[in-house]
Amino acid sequence: MSLILLIEQVLNGLQFGVMLFLMAAGLTLVFGVMGLINLAHGSLYMVGAFACAAVATATGSFWLGLAASLAAAAAAGALVEIVVIRRLYDRDHLDQVLATFALILVFSEATRWAFGSFPLYLNVPPSLSGAVTLPGGIEYPAYRLAIIVVGFAVAAGLFALIAKTRLGIQIRAGEADREMIGALGVDIARLYTIVFALGAGLAGLAGALVGTIQSVQVGMGEPVLILAFVVIVIGGIGSIKGALIGALLVGLTDTLGRFLLPIVFATFMDASSATSVGSALASMAIYVLMAGVLVARPSGLYGVRA
Amino acid sequence: MKKLGTLAAATLLLAGAAQADPLKVGMITTLSGGGAGLGIDVRDGFMLAVKQSGNSDIEVIVEDDQRKPDIAVQLADKMIQSDKVDVLTGIIWSNLAMAVVPAVTQQGKFYLSPNAGPSALAGKGCHENYFNVAWQNDNLHEAAGAYAKGAGFANSFILAPNYPAGKDALTGYKRFYGGDLAGEVYTKLGQSDYAAEIAQIRASGADSVFFFLPGGMGIAFMKQYAQSGVDIPLVGPAFSFDQGILQAVGEAAMGVKNTSQWNKDIDNPTNAAFVESFQAEYGRLPSLYASQGFDTANLLLSAMGKASVSDAGAFRAALKEADFASTRGDFEFGSNHHPIQDIYVREVIKEGDVFTNKIVGPALENHSDAYAGECSM
Repeated sequence: MSLILLIEQVLNGLQFGVMLFLMAAGLTLVFGVMGLINLAHGSLYMVGAFACAAVATATGSFWLGLAASLAAAAAAGALVEIVVIRRLYDRDHLDQVLATFALILVFSEATRWAFGSFPLYLNVPPSLSGAVTLPGGIEYPAYRLAIIVVGFAVAAGLFALIAKTRLGIQIRAGEADREMIGALGVDIARLYTIVFALGAGLAGLAGALVGTIQSVQVGMGEPVLILAFVVIVIGGIGSIKGALIGALLVGLTDTLGRFLLPIVFATFMDASSATSVGSALASMAIYVLMAGVLVARPSGLYGVRA
Repeated sequence: MKKLGTLAAATLLLAGAAQADPLKVGMITTLSGGGAGLGIDVRDGFMLAVKQSGNSDIEVIVEDDQRKPDIAVQLADKMIQSDKVDVLTGIIWSNLAMAVVPAVTQQGKFYLSPNAGPSALAGKGCHENYFNVAWQNDNLHEAAGAYAKGAGFANSFILAPNYPAGKDALTGYKRFYGGDLAGEVYTKLGQSDYAAEIAQIRASGADSVFFFLPGGMGIAFMKQYAQSGVDIPLVGPAFSFDQGILQAVGEAAMGVKNTSQWNKDIDNPTNAAFVESFQAEYGRLPSLYASQGFDTANLLLSAMGKASVSDAGAFRAALKEADFASTRGDFEFGSNHHPIQDIYVREVIKEGDVFTNKIVGPALENHSDAYAGECSM
């Protein structure tokens, strides 16, 4: 195993991590501010990917598609918040889970109705295609590097938004005490719609960015949703900082686990059983990580509430 | 929508069917969720053959299994007990087939598989009422191994998802390949990011890569592989290169060699007519799944012409004869009721704006499967 391969895998882990962050950020904001478990977050990811694919195919421009993914997912998020989610804030978590699960089914079948059952075409824009050579002779896909940059830029933007702006103050206040900020004259319904649309937009952006190198198809959001939940549980529910650290931890653990565990087992087992034992354990690695974190810190790394 | 469509199809079929006891077919297939494209193709191919036959004695009930074994089992029970079907068909996935097929055949019903061919049903678990019209699961991978050997590859990197069909795939490839392995990796089922595996391929010094990643997994892998700058030749079974998937992969698939028992340019009149009428009916090119659905229906129709399903022995013998014009050309059943057929190497090409395959040459001729000897039929 060479150092170059290891560095490449660390980059892969980072890239996977920042994508998870874009998903988890919205999820953790919505849970932190509104106390809502939103299973339909994965559907907004799918909406973003489909919007990007449809617009990119129609106009020939990936960048217009990317803008469309943000807009479509944010609009879908705002609409869903006003029509459905708003009625769920005072209900218990089971009702929320049921209603948002229903939303998954509605989104999936509506997407199938509109776009058909076959995967859509969406590819990397020419300016970012192919591999670039990094210092040290590492060849790495340009598009994945761009994802890492975009992910950290969005993270920086979110921190600035939460820490420095009026909206950020309202969001933080909303997490601390919902009734009080209502009493202080903040239009809480509007705030909730904005936060929900913001989270949805980020999920849509993640869907478009990832859909470009994966496949754009109905049901693509649910596997990512599960990982995003793992991230916010590790990071601490409601914490953007926790979501970032948790996402990077999960990304690195998953990628390096898949790569290193079979090698570790191969030192004392024969090759083919090492492969199967190693890959079986690798797929559990992030859940082991989650269990470990929860034992040490029951409310997650940066969680405030138990 | 789906219910309506089924009803409409059933009504169409029933219209003018004044004769007594038509043959009832229960089709359980995947029409929603991630794998829906496959089920839709099988259904459309099957229904096209039924429509073309003009045979009004056949009634088809179509239901969606949502790719869930428990739902498939419920549907099979319902179809046998309340719909009183004579023949079942349609299942795409091997794990669903394993849950449904043994129970169906034990109740004396016929099952014609248009896709899944798990090894357990080809060897010791074979049954006189079970006919596989597609392939035994290992077949296309064996052909890929034979192709790799013939092409002079001697150091393959192989990968597949960590589930039974994935293990069958790598076993099948190794059975006919015979060279060294630069690496053998099992990925998580449903995994969509292959950066870690591609980095290993880059570092492994392999001269070829064999992968079995059906559906969305294959789309993701090929797009990422094309972006990675690694240019080791790829080899795979047709499942990652079918007509539904290729358009989503695009340029990244160009030139890749893959193995299939069917392609739209197999030169025989049945196939030419099938490809043309499928396009006219549905406005898209057929996939191998559609051809399998089409062949399954034609096999059934050929048996109906020879015997009544109420005489199970005669009907079984009529099925076994496989006296129908297959889109694949020559087609016959082996002793375990699995196909003996040619498997070809195809190459991905572009025709106008559409990505599709063309046949390069045969990979295995008159190929049976490795489990037929274990079947005591």
